[in-house]
Amino acid sequence: MTEWLFDGVLVSLLLALATACVFTRSLFNSITLYIAFGLLLTITWARLGAADLALAEAAIGAGITGALLLSAYAQSSFVKEQHQKRQTHWLAFAFLLLILIWLFQAIWPLADLTSSLTELSQQSLNNSGVDHPTTAVLLNYRAWDTLLELGVLLLAFLGARQLAIRPYKLPTSWPLLTAWSRILAPIIVVVGSYILWRGTSGPGGAFQAGALLAAGAILLSLTEVLPPLRWRSLWLRCVVLLGISLFILVAILTAWLGNAWLEYPLDYNSLLIFSIEVAATLSIAITLTWLVVGDRES
Amino acid sequence: MMIELISLIVISAGVFFFVAGTVGLIRFPDAYSRLHAVTKADTLGLGLVIFGLILQSDSIRSAILMFGIWVLMMASAATACPLLARYQQLSDKEKHRDD
Repeated sequence: MTEWLFDGVLVSLLLALATACVFTRSLFNSITLYIAFGLLLTITWARLGAADLALAEAAIGAGITGALLLSAYAQSSFVKEQHQKRQTHWLAFAFLLLILIWLFQAIWPLADLTSSLTELSQQSLNNSGVDHPTTAVLLNYRAWDTLLELGVLLLAFLGARQLAIRPYKLPTSWPLLTAWSRILAPIIVVVGSYILWRGTSGPGGAFQAGALLAAGAILLSLTEVLPPLRWRSLWLRCVVLLGISLFILVAILTAWLGNAWLEYPLDYNSLLIFSIEVAATLSIAITLTWLVVGDRES
Repeated sequence: MMIELISLIVISAGVFFFVAGTVGLIRFPDAYSRLHAVTKADTLGLGLVIFGLILQSDSIRSAILMFGIWVLMMASAATACPLLARYQQLSDKEKHRDD
């Protein structure tokens, strides 16, 4: 009974926040509601027992995406358009309803189906080089997908760079905030490294750890403790490209010397997966930080 | 049994402070008093909820972790509240100058 009550409240809050986020007039309120939606989605994933997804949603969905949206809002010029009257598009609504019915029909039979993939991934876990099935899927069985994800992140970064957005002016940093971010930064580094390290045996991994480290770096950049990031500097370019280039290098080497693309040799798979994860974490952290903070002249 | 009863009372008190903070956020007229309501009442509420949960927890590790979460939340509320209030003051001054 209490579980049903909790789940019911959670689902109705999610739906209400999603609707409000789309239909609210002011863009700023939309962003705030979206962040709240991300937090509730985190609780939902945790409730479903998907700790990996909950971590990713908390760090990326609610945290970094929220910061990205707010920083885009600060740089945007469409603040004045916010009181436009919305038209109701009945045609779009009917189309959406049709798609929903179709999706529902496709998804409904899945509830009774037991997937054979879970068993399969558990069986070959011993040969995958990690102890956690989610990490094994992400970096061994379906490593190709993760490689492409890193590619998408790189493309997003390059696209944002092409726009050459002028950075918004920061308020002068304030001693209390600077002091607090100086205390917080080492804690974030420890927690981020722990999540990365734990990824091989439990929930955690490169994207979550990268997002956490990025959060710390953003805090330090905004309070001007860290020197400004510049695309001109060589180390920034190297770190941004580090993850994907190591991944591609491993892919080429496994294809050339081994059996197939990204089929790791059994003796080295733990080491390979871990070094790819470390490199990917650094790249993700720097890329996300740059996306939020932007190129800043000192 | 006794510990469970105490923990129940403490958690209920924590929930009461959370509700009070939320009511304050909705009902208070300006940004300063809203900030005051949210940061103070929520920090106390969270502290009480965590204290109640620590009474029920079976391992020292989880108790220390929960306490750490409370300390972090308290410190970030104490930083975020003056930050927002300062920003509000700045924009109030600018508005005043424009009028």
